Amino acid sequence: MKENPLSFQLKLKPEDFLPATEEEKQSQVIMRESVGFWKDGLRRLRKNKVAMVSLVVIILVMIFSFIVPSFYPYTYKEQIKGANNLAPMEYSQEEQARIDAGESVFPHIFGTDKMGRDYAIRVMMGSRISLLVGLIATAIILVIGSAYGSIAAFFGGTVDLVMMRIVDIIYTIPDILLIVLLSFTLKAPLTSLGENVPGFHWVNVVGENLISIFIVFALLYWVGMARMVRSQVLMLKESEYVTAARALGVGNGRIIKKHLLTNCIGTLIVTTTLQIPSSIFTESFLSFLGLGVAVPLPSLGSLASDAINGMQTYPYLLFIPALLISLIILSFNLLGDGLRDAFDPKLKN
Amino acid sequence: MAEYLVDIKNERLSFFTPAGEVKALNDVSIRLKEGEVLGIVGESGSGKSVTAYSLMGLTAHPGKLLGGELQFNGHEIEHMTEKEMRKIRGNEISIIFQDPMTSLNPVYTIGNQITEVIKLHTDKDSAQAKARAKELLELVGINEPDKRLKQYPHELSGGMRQRVMIAIALACEPKLLIADEPTTALDVTIQAQILELMMELKDKLGMAIIMITHDLGVVASMCERIAVMYAGRIVEYGTADDIFYNPKHQYTKGLIRSIPRLDTKEHERLIPIEGTPVDLLNPPAGCPFAPRCDAAMKICLREMPPVTNFGDVHYTKCWLSQKEEFEKGASHE
Amino acid sequence: MAKYIVKRILLAIVTIWAVATLTFFLMNLVPGGPFLSEKAISPQAQAALEAKYGLDKPMFQRYLNYVTSAAHGDFGDSLKQRGRTVMSIITMKFPVSARVGGLSVLVALTLGIPLGCIAALKRGKAADSVISVVATCGIAVPSFVICTVLMYFFGVKLGILPTMGLESAKHYIMPVIALSFYPTAYIMRLMRSSMLDVLGQDYMRTARAKGLAGGKILFKHALRNAILPVVTYVGPMLAYTITGSFVVEKIFVIPGLGGEFIKAINGRDYTLIMGTTIFLATLVIVMNVVVDIVYKIVDPRIQLK
Repeated sequence: MKENPLSFQLKLKPEDFLPATEEEKQSQVIMRESVGFWKDGLRRLRKNKVAMVSLVVIILVMIFSFIVPSFYPYTYKEQIKGANNLAPMEYSQEEQARIDAGESVFPHIFGTDKMGRDYAIRVMMGSRISLLVGLIATAIILVIGSAYGSIAAFFGGTVDLVMMRIVDIIYTIPDILLIVLLSFTLKAPLTSLGENVPGFHWVNVVGENLISIFIVFALLYWVGMARMVRSQVLMLKESEYVTAARALGVGNGRIIKKHLLTNCIGTLIVTTTLQIPSSIFTESFLSFLGLGVAVPLPSLGSLASDAINGMQTYPYLLFIPALLISLIILSFNLLGDGLRDAFDPKLKN
Repeated sequence: MAEYLVDIKNERLSFFTPAGEVKALNDVSIRLKEGEVLGIVGESGSGKSVTAYSLMGLTAHPGKLLGGELQFNGHEIEHMTEKEMRKIRGNEISIIFQDPMTSLNPVYTIGNQITEVIKLHTDKDSAQAKARAKELLELVGINEPDKRLKQYPHELSGGMRQRVMIAIALACEPKLLIADEPTTALDVTIQAQILELMMELKDKLGMAIIMITHDLGVVASMCERIAVMYAGRIVEYGTADDIFYNPKHQYTKGLIRSIPRLDTKEHERLIPIEGTPVDLLNPPAGCPFAPRCDAAMKICLREMPPVTNFGDVHYTKCWLSQKEEFEKGASHE
Repeated sequence: MAKYIVKRILLAIVTIWAVATLTFFLMNLVPGGPFLSEKAISPQAQAALEAKYGLDKPMFQRYLNYVTSAAHGDFGDSLKQRGRTVMSIITMKFPVSARVGGLSVLVALTLGIPLGCIAALKRGKAADSVISVVATCGIAVPSFVICTVLMYFFGVKLGILPTMGLESAKHYIMPVIALSFYPTAYIMRLMRSSMLDVLGQDYMRTARAKGLAGGKILFKHALRNAILPVVTYVGPMLAYTITGSFVVEKIFVIPGLGGEFIKAINGRDYTLIMGTTIFLATLVIVMNVVVDIVYKIVDPRIQLK
C-alpha cells in the first residue's frame, strides 16, 4: 500500500496527539433528530403536496356544502316561477324586471333545472348528502368492522374460525347486488315504520332509501375492515415487542395504548379514509339508478341521473354533479394515499 | 495474466438519495490472488456488501461509482458495459446472499433455477443441464437430488436452500465466489455445516472466496486475509494472524474484545463497543471511528488518518499508529 | 388439492344458499309478499302462482319450495312479461351482457397489465407519472360519469359513435370503454405496486447475479410473481363488471341482463328480481371459486390444505 500523501503535507504537532475530550467527540456526532410517530407522520404528510391539495379541496367542498347553503338566498326545494331551465348566470323574465327596477337579484350561478330550482344550491345539497353518506357509512363500518375484527382476534380459536367463515361468506357475496335488493325491499317496511311507530318519524324525514343505504353498509361493507383489524390485532398479539413489553411487566392498558394504538391506528386511519370515497361511490351509483335518496332531496348521483335526458340541451346540468363527484372521490383517494405514505409505510403498495 | 485475481484500487462509491449523498465507499482497496480467501468484516452499513456488489456490477440504484479501478481476472470492471458484465456474472464471479429464504424465486422449481444459469453460460442442452444440476446438488450435499430438482423453494429448509444457492453459484465453476453473510440467517448448527461445505468446495474447485461477515469467528476459521471495514473505509488489513494477534486499529481491538471466549476467566465480561455507527450522510471530518474511540486524540477528530504499514500486508489507518511513528521520528532527531 | 377444492365448493354452496335465503326473506318484507302485491295480475296468473308456490302454506314451506325449485334452475314465471319464465329471460339476456362484460375484462387485462409494468419499470419518470395520474383519476370516476361523458362527446357532439343498442361492432366501443375504465385503472395500480414490490425482492438480485439479460429477468422472474395479485382481482373485477353493467346497459340501452334487472326493479317484477339476483350472485361466487383454484395452481407457495 502506498503512503497516504496527506501525511506528508500535514504538519503534525505533539499537541495533536493529546487525548480528545468527550465533548469534542460528541460534537462530531451529528445525530438526525429523532421524532415521534405523529410528528414524523404529520411532517411527511405536510410535505406531500398532492395530499395537502386534496385536503384543501375536501375542506372547500365541505364549506361549500355545509356552510354556504345556510346563508344562500335560494333553497333546494324552492321552485322559482318562470325560471325553468335557465342557463348559468341567466335571469328569468320576472327577475330581470326586478333587476331593471333596481332590485338586486342573486344570480343562478349554475342556472336552474327544469322545475325552476336553483341548481347551485341543489349541487351543494347534493354534495352534502354524498359527503354525509360517505362519512356516516364509514363511521358505521369502522365501528362494526373494528369491533368484529378485534373480538375475533382477541378470542381466537373456534370463535375466530366461525366469525371469519361468516366474513368469508359475506365477502364472496356480490355486495352491490344485495345493496340494490336491500334498498329496494327495505323501503316499504321503513316507510311504515316511520309512519306508524311513534318515535321513528325521523325515518321519513331522512328518507327510507338513505336509511336503507346505511343499513346495507352496516350489514355488508364492514367485512373488509373487520379482516384488516383482525390481522392487525393478531399480528400485534403475536409480535415480539408486545411479548417483550409483557415480559417486562407492562400492563394491558399500556400495551394497548402504546403498542396497539400506535401501530394499528395508522392502518386504521388509512383504511377509514379510503373507505369514505368507496361509500360515496356506492351511494352515487344507487342514486343514479334511482335507489338512493328520495325526491326532492338531491344527491350528486340523482342530479346526474335526472340530467341525462336533457343532456343534449343542458349538458352542464350533467357535468357539474359528475365532475364534483369525481373530484370528491379523487380527493379522498389521494388524501388516503398520502396518509398511507405518511403514517403507514408498511402498507405502502 | 495479472498478478491478482481481484485488484480494487481506491474505489469511491456513493448513493445519491433524496436526503443527500451517502458516501458508502471511500478509498477502498482490495487485492486477492487466485484460490485465496479474503474476509471482509464490519458492522451493518460499513460498506462490505457494497464493495462486493460493485465488483459484480450489481450496485443498486441510486448508487454510483465515483472513482477507482476495479480489476477482476483481467477485466476492467469499471469500464465494462452491462452486456459484458452479464457474461461474467454467474460464470466467472458468483455470489451467495444472506437470506436463502428470499433469494430463490418462489414460483420456479429448484431444477429450473439451477439449469437456468447452466444453460445461460454453457452450450449444454436441457438434458445435460439437468444432469449437471443433479451433480451440483450432490456436490453441495443434498440427498435425493432427483426429487429436489422438482421441488419448490418453500418445500426446503433454510440450510437446504442455502445449499441450493451455493449449487447455483458454483454451476459454472467461477474463479471467485462472493459469500455475503451466507450463514447469518441460519441456525448455528447449520452455519457450521455451510461454512465447512464452502471450504471443502474451495479445496475441490480451487476458487477464490470473498467472505463478507460481521462474525469474526467465521473469518478466523476460514480466511487467509482479513479486511476490517468501518464507515465505508478499510481501517485495518492483514493476515488472520495480524488481525487476531496483533490488531492495530482501536476498532479491530474492540471487535476482538467483544468476541465471547471460552478460555477467559469466569467473571470477565464481554466488552461492547459503545456508541452508534456514524451517519454516512454527514460523515465527520476526521476518523469516522473517533467519536466511539476510547483513545481518540484531537487530531483524530480533525483529520483523516493516513495509512501506517506494518510489513508487506498488514496496514491500518489510525492516528495512534501515526503517533508512534511521529514519536519515533521525533526521538531520532 | 382435491380436499381444498371440495372445501371451497362447499363454502360456495353455503354462500349461494345464504344469498337465496336472504333474497327470499327480503322479498317477503315487501308488503303483501312478492307474489301478491301486484293488483295487475290476472286471476289466472294469480291462481297459477298460488298453485305453484302454495301461497296459502306457511312462509317456511314456501321458502323450502322456492329454494328447491331454484336449485333446479326454476325461478318461476316473470310477473310482468307474460308467459315467460325467469330462466328463459336470463338465458336470452345474459349472453348479451356476457359479451360486453367479457370484452371489458379482456380490455382491462390487456391494457392494465403492460401499462402497470411500464410504470413500475420507469418509476419516477414521465411515463410513470402519466400512468399513475391516469390510474388514480380512473378509479375515482364513477361508471355513470364515464358513460355520460363518452355519450355526450362521441355520441351527441361528434356523432361518430352510436349511442344505443348493440347492432354492430361500433356499438360496442363506448359500453366496453365505460365498463373497462375502472378495472383497467385498478389493474394498472395493482400491477405497478406489485411489480415494484417484486423488483425489490432478493430473488431479482439473484437473477441479475446469474448474468441473465434484462428481458429474461423481467418476463421470467418478475412478471410471473407480479401478476399473482392481478389473478386475485379477477373475481372482484367480474363482480364489478356485472354491477357496472346495470348503469352501462341502462344508459346505452343495451338489451342485457343488467338493464333487465334495473327494469325489473323499477317495474316491481319480483320473481325476475329474485331470479336475477340469485343467478348473478351464483355466477360471481362460482367464478371466485374458479379464480381461487387457479391461484393455488399458479402460486406454488400457497400450501394446499
